[in-house]
Amino acid sequence: MSRKIYAALILTNICVLTLSSQVTKRDSIQESMNMDAVYDRPFLTFDKFPVNLGGYLEANSIYSIEDGLTEGLSFQARRLTLFVSASISKRIKFLTELEFEDGTKEIAIEFASMDIAFHPLLNLRGGIVLNPIGSFNQNHDGPKWEFVERPDVSTNLLPATFSNAGFGLYGKTNRGDWTLGYEAYLTNGFDTSIIDNEEQRKFLPAVKENPSRFEENFSGRPLLNGKLAIKHPKLGEMGISYMGGDYNREEIDGLQVDTETRRVDVLALDINTAIAKTGTKFIGEMAYIWVGVPDTFTQQFGNRQMGFFVDIIQPILKTEIFDWENAILNLSLRTDYVDYNIGRFTQTDTKIGDDLIALTPALSFRPSPQTVLRINYRYQWQQDILNNPASKTATWYFGFSTYF
Amino acid sequence: MSKSLYLFFGLSLITLIGCENFGPEEPMEFELLDGPLDGLSISEQKRFLAGDIAFNDDVFTIEKGLGPIFVGTSCASCHSGDGKGHPFNQLIRFGDNDLTIPSMLSFGDGRNQIQNKAIPGFEPESVPDGFPFTILVAPAVTGLGLLDAVPDADILALADPFDEDQDGISGRPHYNLPPEFSEIRENSIPQGNNYIFRFGKKAGSYDLLQQTIGAYNQDIGITSLYDPIDPFSGLEEDPEISTQTLNDVVFYLKTLKAPIPRNQTDPDVMAGKELFESAQCAACHTPTLTTGFSHIESLSFKEFHPYTDLLLHNMGPELDDGFTEGNVETSEWRTPPLWGIGLSANSQGGQIFLLHDGRASSIEEAIEMHGGEANNSKDRYSSLTPKEKSQLLKFINSL
Repeated sequence: MSRKIYAALILTNICVLTLSSQVTKRDSIQESMNMDAVYDRPFLTFDKFPVNLGGYLEANSIYSIEDGLTEGLSFQARRLTLFVSASISKRIKFLTELEFEDGTKEIAIEFASMDIAFHPLLNLRGGIVLNPIGSFNQNHDGPKWEFVERPDVSTNLLPATFSNAGFGLYGKTNRGDWTLGYEAYLTNGFDTSIIDNEEQRKFLPAVKENPSRFEENFSGRPLLNGKLAIKHPKLGEMGISYMGGDYNREEIDGLQVDTETRRVDVLALDINTAIAKTGTKFIGEMAYIWVGVPDTFTQQFGNRQMGFFVDIIQPILKTEIFDWENAILNLSLRTDYVDYNIGRFTQTDTKIGDDLIALTPALSFRPSPQTVLRINYRYQWQQDILNNPASKTATWYFGFSTYF
Repeated sequence: MSKSLYLFFGLSLITLIGCENFGPEEPMEFELLDGPLDGLSISEQKRFLAGDIAFNDDVFTIEKGLGPIFVGTSCASCHSGDGKGHPFNQLIRFGDNDLTIPSMLSFGDGRNQIQNKAIPGFEPESVPDGFPFTILVAPAVTGLGLLDAVPDADILALADPFDEDQDGISGRPHYNLPPEFSEIRENSIPQGNNYIFRFGKKAGSYDLLQQTIGAYNQDIGITSLYDPIDPFSGLEEDPEISTQTLNDVVFYLKTLKAPIPRNQTDPDVMAGKELFESAQCAACHTPTLTTGFSHIESLSFKEFHPYTDLLLHNMGPELDDGFTEGNVETSEWRTPPLWGIGLSANSQGGQIFLLHDGRASSIEEAIEMHGGEANNSKDRYSSLTPKEKSQLLKFINSL
């Protein structure tokens, strides 16, 4: 399968290179896409100093009621993220993102890469890269979103933020109003924690607990990650991405420790569009995951998962308030759906449950594009693997997220 | 200040003040199987909470000792919501069909339960060719402390091993040798070194400690101080669970409340209760038992309604799997409590899987699959009018 994928990527590159012969005068770099999100941030710049600084802070209050029971009100310092970028020389730049989550509970280098620009269509990136799967993983900064929680598909099916040590190529080109972008990376991959974890289900985000993943590729074979995205200023952006590779080892020190090589494959679609007349924005992402699970393992770790989220964002007021010239009040709705275990029980031929649906209406106030204050109300129905009556949870959030 | 800011901060204030009123309501107590007994002290509630977390939240991974061969990865994977289990996590036990020959021992640990799942790189067990076996679906775990505290004398008073009253029903207790770690109940009535076993489908466990230790070992592959033999290798291993956690789980199981009956004043339910008595269902599914003294005050001298006599009954060829356990014949099963049966669908995925292996998908089917000592009751049920049957089923569903 991976040979086919490599072939597809080579073909893609050929297509992109062919397109490049028809590049218009338009500067493709200026047409920002999800793949540019890591650089598409506000930075503090200093005259004659080649280093730019930035970051964002997210904090909120949370009050949750699960099946009538609450643990009261809490305040959360979710994230403090620092960015540093530098233009090392012509065509060579560097950016890193250091994140502190929940105070200092989790400190991670989410991104640290050197980019060399040979051509708009051919850039080399290496270091710790954000895997381009879906759109949220690369475009995850809190101030860009109207919701306190990250989408379930992006955090509980896919790991967010998922970055790995590796290398790859990316580039963009234009034809008329259309912009086409591609990314292709080889990075370290997953490990057996995706079917051996305390979530009692396949759980790709478990790989983030592996402290060695930036120095050692557990399976010894690279994770292939590629994305194609197309954008039109009036129609929006759509991307299709794939990530796949082996997640186990068959041998250690020449000794057989597993019966076969097992793969994880992820296909994701993302879309980002708007209705110009009303200003209504639509952001969505869908992921489908296949994991090779031993037949001898429990059905709690089925071999397929899927999920999606859709955000609808409607500006309801745009006005000047105090010194904020373009303050905006948005009314939004997020729909989350995740099926952690697609399939039917062998013994009863009934549907396996383990799914979640959540609706989150939100009101957000943006005094400027860099800052958002948010009130969210999330109502979630979660069914266990047996499809027993859903556990219902209502959660209120009040918080902010701001670049600095 | 602009209207938008008024709106935003006004809504923020409403959120802050009114958030308690916009959440899902707590289910009624009688709708739930889980929850503690009434009257636990604060220290007992803390122990209950610790056991609750270990039972319902702790998931075993390879690093934490799972397997390498196993049936489930946590207690809750077989006892969702403390209720009956689902056939996808069924247990399989195999052995002899004759009590007079020595028990067939197998695999590394010398036990007769199949660990039918395995971590990657290992092969799960399967039933050796030609040996009889039985499939078991996990029972509900509610109210177990009350059953544990029933004095031996009360159980023996219900027994009639030689059917002296000639009603066709001849329950007997399962006498067996308790494990060394079990603390013998006060006022026990032994037969030599053997004591009354009361837990498990064939009353294979003396007490909840034995049941819990066995479940960790045989279902999850977790060794403990009391049961250090690994099911795969048959070798003694370091404990993979602390004795404190084991004791917390046992305390949790002892102090789970009894299921609360529902709709008891419904005329159909009341009529069904009378039919239940007249059909002699209550001869085995004894409605009321009483506990003796317990060190847990909430369990001491309580009357409760489990609908079991904790005795073994011959259920005839219909439910004979050809499998013996302890000193229990192939056709004998311990009367399962009927309490909570009406809530089973909430823990079995909206359906019900009744009898020891979940073969019955309705209460009526379960009744019709009874045999042996229950033949007369089954016949009486069959002769009821459709309305009477409906009333009887409504009563059983109300438990």
